[in-house]
Order: sequence, then C-alpha cells, then structure tokens
Amino acid sequence: MPLSPERVLDVRDLQVSVGDHLVAVQDVSFQIGRGEAVGLVGESGSGKTLTCRAVLGLLPTTGEIDHGRIVLGDGADAVELTGARRSTWDQVRGVRLGAVFQDPASYLNPSLTVGHQLAEQLRVKAGLSRAAAHRRSVELFTEVGLHEPESVFHQYPHELSGGMLQRVLIAISVSCEPELLIADEATTALDVVIQAEILELLRRLRETHGLSLLLVTHDLAVVAETCERILVMYGGQVVESGPTAEVLGDPQHPYTRALMDVATIGNWERRTLDVIPGQPPAAGERMPGCRFAPRCRYAAAACVAGPVPLVDLETEGRSARCARLGEVLTESALEEVSA
Amino acid sequence: MTATQEVSATVESTPPVPPLLRVTGLSVSYAPPRKGVNLGTGAALTDASLEVRPGEIVGIVGETGSGKTTLARATVGLVRPAAGRIEFAGQDMGGLRGRALRDFRRSGQVQLVFQDPLRSLDPDLTIGDIVREPLDVAGTLPRRERADRVAESLRLVGLDPESVTGRRPRELSGGQRQRVSLARAISTRPQLLFCDEPVSALDVSNRNLVLNLLDRLRTELGLAVVIIAHDLSSLAGIADRVAVFYRSRVVEQGPVQAVLGRPAHPYTGLLTASAPSVVRVDRLRPEQLRPEPGGREWPAHGVCVFAPRCRFAHDACTEQPDPVPLDGEREAACHVAGRWREQLTSDDTTDGG
Repeated sequence: MPLSPERVLDVRDLQVSVGDHLVAVQDVSFQIGRGEAVGLVGESGSGKTLTCRAVLGLLPTTGEIDHGRIVLGDGADAVELTGARRSTWDQVRGVRLGAVFQDPASYLNPSLTVGHQLAEQLRVKAGLSRAAAHRRSVELFTEVGLHEPESVFHQYPHELSGGMLQRVLIAISVSCEPELLIADEATTALDVVIQAEILELLRRLRETHGLSLLLVTHDLAVVAETCERILVMYGGQVVESGPTAEVLGDPQHPYTRALMDVATIGNWERRTLDVIPGQPPAAGERMPGCRFAPRCRYAAAACVAGPVPLVDLETEGRSARCARLGEVLTESALEEVSA
Repeated sequence: MTATQEVSATVESTPPVPPLLRVTGLSVSYAPPRKGVNLGTGAALTDASLEVRPGEIVGIVGETGSGKTTLARATVGLVRPAAGRIEFAGQDMGGLRGRALRDFRRSGQVQLVFQDPLRSLDPDLTIGDIVREPLDVAGTLPRRERADRVAESLRLVGLDPESVTGRRPRELSGGQRQRVSLARAISTRPQLLFCDEPVSALDVSNRNLVLNLLDRLRTELGLAVVIIAHDLSSLAGIADRVAVFYRSRVVEQGPVQAVLGRPAHPYTGLLTASAPSVVRVDRLRPEQLRPEPGGREWPAHGVCVFAPRCRFAHDACTEQPDPVPLDGEREAACHVAGRWREQLTSDDTTDGG
C-alpha cells in the first residue's frame, strides 16, 4: 500500500498511567496516514484500549498521560491533543475524530429515536437546519446500509438489532466527515455474518470518504482482513509493528507468533486450540527486561537483564522489540520446515 | 408412550450409547398463538430436534434471536414448550410439574453457564460462596464435604482455591471469572452442561483456555456439553457435532468438520464465508452468497426462513423445507441442500477464488 504523505494521527512516546502511578502504556509511537487502516492488537490488559482512549481524551478518571504527544491532523490543521482543553475537545471529538465501541446500545440514549440522535449531532456539530439534518440523516442511514432508512429514523434503540445499532453509531460517528475513526472492539459482540458486513462497511467508508481507521481488537483475524498496518501490543508496549501481510507472514516477535497460533486460521480441520501459557503482567508491574519473557518459550538470560528496545528491521516500516531478534525467527522457520 | 416405541422400531441400528438429551420437534413461543399462524409471531423455536450423548460436545451456532438460548432455557425447564418433547436421561421433561420440576432443577443435573460472568455472578458473594451455592441448593452432599467440593471444583478449572475463595468477582480477570462460572456449574457434578456464549466475552487466548477446559471436563467428568456460540472458530476446534440455527429453526446439523468444511445449507455457507481468518485460503467470499440487490420480495410467513437472505432462493422456497438426511451423517433443511455450490461456480467463475 502506498503511504500517503498526509498524516492524520501522530502519537509519540506516549506514556499513560492509571491508579497510583502505575504505568499501563509506555513508549508507544505510531502514525496513521490519510485513508490508512491501522490495527492495534493485543490481549486484555495490553494497553490497546488505554492507548485509544488517550487519543480520544477519554481516559478513566484515575488515568493520566505522563508524557508523549498526540497530534491530530497535519500542517496548519494539526491539533495537539495531549493536555487539550474542553473547548478543543469539543471541536475535535465527533467532528474530526469519530469513535465506535463494542456495545452500541450503551452509547445511545434509549429514550430518543436513533434519527433524533444522528440529527442532533448534525445540527450541533455541523450547524445544519432541522430539515437539512433530517435529510442528511436519512442519506447517512442509507449509506451505512440500513434498510428503510426513513422508518429507522423514527425508531428507538431497543427496536433495532445489535448490528443495526452499530450501523447507526457508525453513521453518527462519520456524520461530520472525521479524519479518523477509532473502532474499539466494534465488531466483537456481533455474529460473524454481521461482523463481515460491518467490516465491509468500514472498508467502503474508507474508500468513499478517505477515512482513516484505527481498529482496536483482540482478534488478529479481523486485522488481517481489514488493516494495512498492524501494531501488536503487549503489557503496555508495542512489541511488533509493520505492514499486516509481512508481519503475519513472517512474525519476528514470539508474542506475535503466539497470537497467530491462537487465532483463527480459517482451517476447520484444525483440532487443537493453542493457548499462551501464563497471564499477562498486571498494569504497572515493574519488570527489568522483556515483559513477555515469563510466557515466552524462547526466553533466555539476556531477555530479562535489561530493557529491550523497539528495533527497526531491514524491511521498511517494520520494527520489533525482542532481545533474541533473528535467532527466534530462524528457529521457528526451521521448526516449520521440519514439521 | 407409543411414539418412542415407533421410533425404536423404525431405527434399526440404535447407537451404542443412548442420548442423554433428546429433543424432538420442540417448539417454543413467547407470544400467544394467533389464528391462522401456527405459533404466533413470537415463535422462538420451531420444530427443533437435537440429540446429545454423554461425553459429547455439541455446538450450536446462529445469530441473535435464532433460538439458541431458548433451547437451553426449555431444557432446564425455564420455559414451557408449545409442542415437542424433551427427554433427559430417558425421562420426559414435559411430564414434570410443580415440585418434581423444581426438584429436578435444583438437583443440578443440568447446569447453565452464561456469557457475561460479571453479570451472572453475584457481586456481593465471595467466589467460595458462589461455587458453594448450587451445592447448598441441591442439598445432596453432606455439609462438611461441601468445602472440599468447592476447592476441588476450583482446582478443576485451573484456579487456586486458596487465593480466590475469599475474593469477589470484580477482583478477578474476565477469564478467571468465566472459570468461576464453570466451577460453579460443575460443583454439583452435572450430567449436562449448557454453556451460553461461554467465551464471547473473552479474548482469544482465554477463549481457547476455557474451551480446552470444557474439553477436559467432558472426559474427566463424562459431561455432555452443549456450547452455544455465535462464532464458528471457537467450535471448530472442540465440538463433535454442530447444529446451525436460523430464525427459530435448525437449518443444518452434523459432524463439525463436514458442516463447516462443506456446508450443505446456504446460511452455513454464508457463516463460514464470513468468518474472518488470518490466512485467506481459497474459499467463498460472503458477497458471493448474498442475494443480488433488488431481488424478489418474500412474504413474512410460510416461506423458507432463510429465503430473504438467500442467493439461491427460488419458487420452491415459498414453502419451508423440512430437515432431510444428507450423506448419512447430517441433515439440512434446504431445497438445494448441498447443491447450491454448482449454481455458484457457473455464476462466479470469473471472480471466484
């Protein structure tokens, strides 16, 4: 995929702590170009949701950005989001930055029709008149693939299925033509048929609106089908990143490899369900070396001796955080050949 | 009981192990039946048949509202069926009333595990109390042995009794909480475990952990397990058989690899095509199986339940097909069961693959 020079999001050296100064996200840097889809993958507690909440300015009350920069947009439009004021957020959230989450029903007001909630957004944020907002709402509902958008407009959230509600939320979040849409486990609760439809919808919106996408999920398979680039997070750090096809085709970090072993390969014949032994470290747990070492089958003394840096690899745009970089690759490659 | 005699007379090769659970022609409706329409608009389950044997894992897939959970609720006696029979260990559940039904439910022979452990576990109780509660309700185990059983159940699901018994659900991780639900469900040593979306709230590694646990429990405790899931990948690895539900009907069932590997019903085909995977092997894409836009309008009742979303719907589909046996081991309710692929290859040779 050709990388557009225009940058939509730039996150640098982000460190987020929660509770009593427990560092839950550290040293996270990534960029998203216009129209690009980036997947943020990891288990629960990997810091992926905190990272995206930090970008949205929606950290829990105990959470706080220790240092780092989050810049939305490029050039003259660039907005620094770290430490932004309420008035800045009002101009950014819902306008330049959209978001959809796992449980669509809990993000809608049950006592207002879904059309009302979309039109309200258009009137408040885009300044449309009542009639124009209604017209545009119906257009948006059509665009996100809701059947009979006119009647959906007058329906209440409880009258719609989960998949339809997620479409409504997508319509609301893209209503002001945001530069970036953040989807945090947006398809996790949906059944596979609807999930495929929603992913297709996101793909279409990217093409038609030049929308960039930050997809946060624990499901490697979803990223494999949707994103051009992938960031694998573990224990609050990015452990591997790069173009999706290359990272999944030839993972360099043992954790990425382990994730692939537990993921859906699309092979119904497979009769074993792999697990990654052990538990991920708790947020803020102090570990001198690699945070994955206790669960890694390749762990050696060097891994726990000191901090492991994120190293750029030869392939452009790829990096990995592993003390035994290269050694593990050859071992696993050999294993596959002999298997 | 002439019905059972007839059945046993017609089936010549009876399976070696009699089914623990036999559901025959089960219909459940949440709304009163209306004139002219068999079951009213609230038909949650229509003419469903399913068998589960001891030590077997049967997967149930289907979208929200397809009747998966209703089957579980009917089996434990939480809803009364409108038609059909449910036999558990040879006993007709439909005959149970009042005290007998309550006693059966409390005996803990059939246990349910729910999707969201945070909502299904009482937040005020400690893990020890939660796992112990079904034992107190059943009352079969002497009091002094209950604590040991609680510890044993927790160990079976891979939790350390000493560190978790005193804690409360919110102090545990999602995967641990779901294992607590399992420990609670197996504390009465049930014969049948109904797991309603046991892993959909968990991430992949924990998901596989819980599924492997279920696999181990069925061999160690001889449990029959029914796993309700909306994603196929969880089932593909451990289920022996799978039943696909669509709009209150069982549209296909059979051995898991046959059903998922070579779906006979177009809905199963759409399901497997829609499942995301890391490696996109040569297979159908969901758009190949969706009806072309502007297709014909189908009436709301009487037609095949899948017709409005089926690419292969034709005139015959104005009538709901009955499940028919297919290559011996499985059955599908479709007028073009197993044959729709032929139409596809002639249509889509250019953009297939």
